[in-house]
Amino acid sequence: MQCAESLRVQAYFDGEVDAVSAAEIERHADHCNECRALLEDLQKVRATLRREVSYAGAPPKLRAQILRALDQESTSSPGIVEGRPATSRTWRPAPVFRGRSFWAGAFSGIGGAAIAAAMAFFLVLPGALSPLTDDLVSAHVRSLMPAHLIDVVSTDRHTVKPWFAGHADVSPVVADFESQGYRLIGGRADYIDHQRSAVVVYQHGPHVVNVFTWAADNMHNPSNATRNGYHLAFWQQGDIQYCAVSDTGWDELLGLVRLLREQS
Amino acid sequence: MDDKRARFEEQVLPHLDAAYRFARWLCYAPGDADDVVQEAVLRAYRGFDALRGSDAKAWLLAIVRNCHFTAAKQQQRRALVPLPEENDEVDGHAMVATTPDPESESILSDQKQVLERLLAAMPEEHRTVLMLREIEEMDYAQIAAVTHVPIGTVMSRLARSRAALKTKWLQEVEGEPRAVR
Repeated sequence: MQCAESLRVQAYFDGEVDAVSAAEIERHADHCNECRALLEDLQKVRATLRREVSYAGAPPKLRAQILRALDQESTSSPGIVEGRPATSRTWRPAPVFRGRSFWAGAFSGIGGAAIAAAMAFFLVLPGALSPLTDDLVSAHVRSLMPAHLIDVVSTDRHTVKPWFAGHADVSPVVADFESQGYRLIGGRADYIDHQRSAVVVYQHGPHVVNVFTWAADNMHNPSNATRNGYHLAFWQQGDIQYCAVSDTGWDELLGLVRLLREQS
Repeated sequence: MDDKRARFEEQVLPHLDAAYRFARWLCYAPGDADDVVQEAVLRAYRGFDALRGSDAKAWLLAIVRNCHFTAAKQQQRRALVPLPEENDEVDGHAMVATTPDPESESILSDQKQVLERLLAAMPEEHRTVLMLREIEEMDYAQIAAVTHVPIGTVMSRLARSRAALKTKWLQEVEGEPRAVR
């Protein structure tokens, strides 16, 4: 026989009740053995699932396929969408001048082939101006492929930090923020902006966050960006340039940035 | 990049991994999950204007679920699991039989694999609710939005799936000692 309060106890466990009900339920569980046991079980199931279930996300191949499909979708104007099945695997690679066919159509009436070409040029310009952003996203995606993520596996900053000394050109802040939800899982050396970059790798829930670091160059002060669904947060600390890359939300990513900045 | 595409990348694509995991829990066959997720993202993109500031993750996952059921209806699928593709190490668990037989039983000593098998054997509507709560950390209202059921149903499904998993887990892992020990 189950205690009549069990669903409320579960709601309490899931953080779904207000403070008043929470206090009530806690009082109830104090003298209801069944509900106390239930709370333990709920915790056990949660811990087991979070420990054992694979957090593997979309494979890079699928992600690339989807981005290509979106390119196709963005470039066709509504009138000329062909009856192409959405799950077809035969997309052509994205056209280099993304948006050209759209603009060519839009401007044909005013004899605007030249305008179209000019517009297309401006449309691709932001990408061309930030090869660094592209490099970082590629490095992040590459790191998610099997066996690329981590060179030195450790949750101990005293292991990770010294490892960089022999493998990278900078010595970044390395810290574990497990209690705040950002677990240090290791480090890696990568090649960014013509330097051997030190990369500190964190895990936040199902997400990997790569924190790239390299010697700052005061000529460039990159601003935060989103590319292919990945967020990039840039900041400088001392003479080191940092960039945190992940597919978490902005809030989660900037939370880690804040913690790192507080470390120095 | 045009504005719609940029906003879509900003608001929706960060949930691609969650969408993929959800599709895996729905179909339990990796090739199918790929197709379902791709179809869902394209549909999401076409209907992006309808999102209007609501919860992008719940919205995308609800579309994944619709795509899954549409696809499932279209092809009356049999309980077959495709062989994993080359270099596709994440697909290993799809090989786990949903009905345990003595031979696979002995191979599945690993706790992870036991859990995968227990989850695979669970009714789909229980498994998805459980995973959305515990792995994707969605609240009841979000889960209700994704799965199209009232919050009360979310609660009872959660309670039943958790109790069932706990009981089976105890039997499998902490119960009878294994002969190999």
